[in-house]
Amino acid sequence: MSVIAPPTQAPRWVTHVLVPVSNLIVAFFIAGIIIAVIGEDPFEAMRLLVVGAFGAPDLIGFTLYYTTNFIFTGLAVSIAFHCGLFNIGGEGQAYIGGLGVGLVGLALGGWPAPIVIIVAIMASMLFGAAWAFIPGYLQAKRGSHVVITTIMFNFLASALMTYLLVEVLIESGQQAPQSRELAENAWLPFMHDIFGALGMEIGQSSLNLSFVIALIAAFLVWVFMWHTRWGYEIRTVGANQAAAIYAGISPSRNIVLAMLISGGLAGMVGINEIAGVHHKLILDFPAGFGFVGIAVALMGRNHPLGIFFASLLFGMLYQGGSELSFDIPTITRDMVVVIQGLVILFSGAMEHVFRPHIVRAYLRLSGGRSAAAPAE
Amino acid sequence: MEEFFTMLVLMLDATLRVATPLILAALAGLFAERSGVVDIALEGKLLGAAFAAATVAAVSNSAWLGLGAGIGFSVALAMVHGYACITHKGDQVVSGMAINILVAGLGPTLALAWFHQGGQTPRVEGSGRFHPWNWPFAETLEDVPVIGALYSEIISGHNMFVYLALIAVPITAWVVYKTRFGLRLRAVGESPEAVDTAGISVSAMRFQALIVTGVLCGMGGTYLSIAQNAGFLRNMSAGQGFIALAALIFGKWRPWPTMFACFLFAFTDAVQTRLQGVDIPGIGIIPVQFIQALPFALTVILLAGFVGKAVAPRASGLPYIKER
Repeated sequence: MSVIAPPTQAPRWVTHVLVPVSNLIVAFFIAGIIIAVIGEDPFEAMRLLVVGAFGAPDLIGFTLYYTTNFIFTGLAVSIAFHCGLFNIGGEGQAYIGGLGVGLVGLALGGWPAPIVIIVAIMASMLFGAAWAFIPGYLQAKRGSHVVITTIMFNFLASALMTYLLVEVLIESGQQAPQSRELAENAWLPFMHDIFGALGMEIGQSSLNLSFVIALIAAFLVWVFMWHTRWGYEIRTVGANQAAAIYAGISPSRNIVLAMLISGGLAGMVGINEIAGVHHKLILDFPAGFGFVGIAVALMGRNHPLGIFFASLLFGMLYQGGSELSFDIPTITRDMVVVIQGLVILFSGAMEHVFRPHIVRAYLRLSGGRSAAAPAE
Repeated sequence: MEEFFTMLVLMLDATLRVATPLILAALAGLFAERSGVVDIALEGKLLGAAFAAATVAAVSNSAWLGLGAGIGFSVALAMVHGYACITHKGDQVVSGMAINILVAGLGPTLALAWFHQGGQTPRVEGSGRFHPWNWPFAETLEDVPVIGALYSEIISGHNMFVYLALIAVPITAWVVYKTRFGLRLRAVGESPEAVDTAGISVSAMRFQALIVTGVLCGMGGTYLSIAQNAGFLRNMSAGQGFIALAALIFGKWRPWPTMFACFLFAFTDAVQTRLQGVDIPGIGIIPVQFIQALPFALTVILLAGFVGKAVAPRASGLPYIKER
């Protein structure tokens, strides 16, 4: 079968940049066909989308606000992937993480702002991690498949939050299922306020300090995964459980650890949404961000840098997509969901479809210069 | 007593109607997973079929053409899954997730562009819908105590799909346990190497299983949009594909137990609708969300192995790589 040298001998920029970009192009090409089918001009739509995402300072702010959520959920999915686990539960973990932020904001009204915010961040991680702990533990100790249990936990989170918001945390005397507003010292400052205090004018948007926290989280994940023993152990378990056991690394311990970190990161969506923007607990605030994390992690090849760029792309799609629907009413946020599905399909499920062809084409074009040329 | 009996009859009636798409989707999942292909895209296929069926029925005003479109689209989605996971050995969970998300966006997008009604199809009425079958003498017997109510409310008066779902269970049991196809299906999910050694194509078997999956989900989705309801609504499957998946696990990948799990989950749904805000002596008011969460909580407890043990087909989730 394989007359040509195996794909591993292509340089990394081919497998880590060219292949994902090609998969992305295919996904966008099909999205373009769908836009053409509904009678709109795909190129005009693309232009409006980019302008809607980057055309003005406030628009860029909203793009980065969405990006923040996707960095958190993308990192969450990637950590689990590194351990060989597929955490579909980011949506539920984000929801419960937000509950943690909300409870801190409701309870610690009188405390100094920096302390409340730090406690809220810790609560978001703790609550998200707790929600991921049970599926992780059941996978590690009882062999219950983490995919199924995290799906179930998404529904359980949704039921729990609806119950809490309808029956318990609802603002007394109100009809809408939402909590009262959080104390102001639990609000994360908006970026336009921070820059304003420094004398710089940037557009007003939902972008808040969480963006910086997300970047720090991405950096810390990079350090953790590639420069600590714990990260090494998690990756070893993900790559080869038998080898891990032989090397004295406990798979079950690392599965639980990876799920805890994964859930904690997903829970941090709560900081951006609850402490950053809504300032109260509301129904369904994760709005599918947890699922976008799957697409982001797959596209970013589970590397924090890749995840950052993939998050930026989805931030652009979300922000540009909502602007786009003002100009072309038939193209709504649903179209962005379609693109998201296509990206998961082509960067994830069908990643093996184009990869060998691209690598082979590269090797053929690069000819004798490649190390892949068989010994003569 | 009389009142209680009437309530029970109405609840059983509701249970049947809610259980129908669950049974069809769960049996669909049974064929896929027994062949070794994990299918978390039951939800997406139900929703996709609901959209396709309602769209075609709204345009053609023919329920049967709608059913054809629903099955056709659902099978097409199953084939995408097969192409990614069987042909190219892609990750089955990732592929399933992709299909779920893709369909969730695609239905409302196309519906909005074609019908301009905010992402839903127009109401489908008359010959565009599947209507209840009233069995002979159902009206005459209505007033006969006990038997009359049982006959005219529970046995008679459902649309075709309710009966189809009930018939599909023994047929599935027969196909899976008594036919050559079923033997090969189970073998390919447990031990694909053995099937391959016997000279049977693992890929072909799995594709055939996925076609059955597509057909059953197509019927379930069609039921949702043009039998139970009168048109397609955004996210109208509302997690039923996942409840079906839970029922399949609860039924340990066997047809009859899976059907009973579907009935159990559907019955809790009927109970929940009945008990909304009702003060039960000694217990108080049970929150609706608690009952809604029950199928998912029960499945986690079962998966944890505290109540029996759910063991999936051994090769499910693993792409088959032929040795050279």
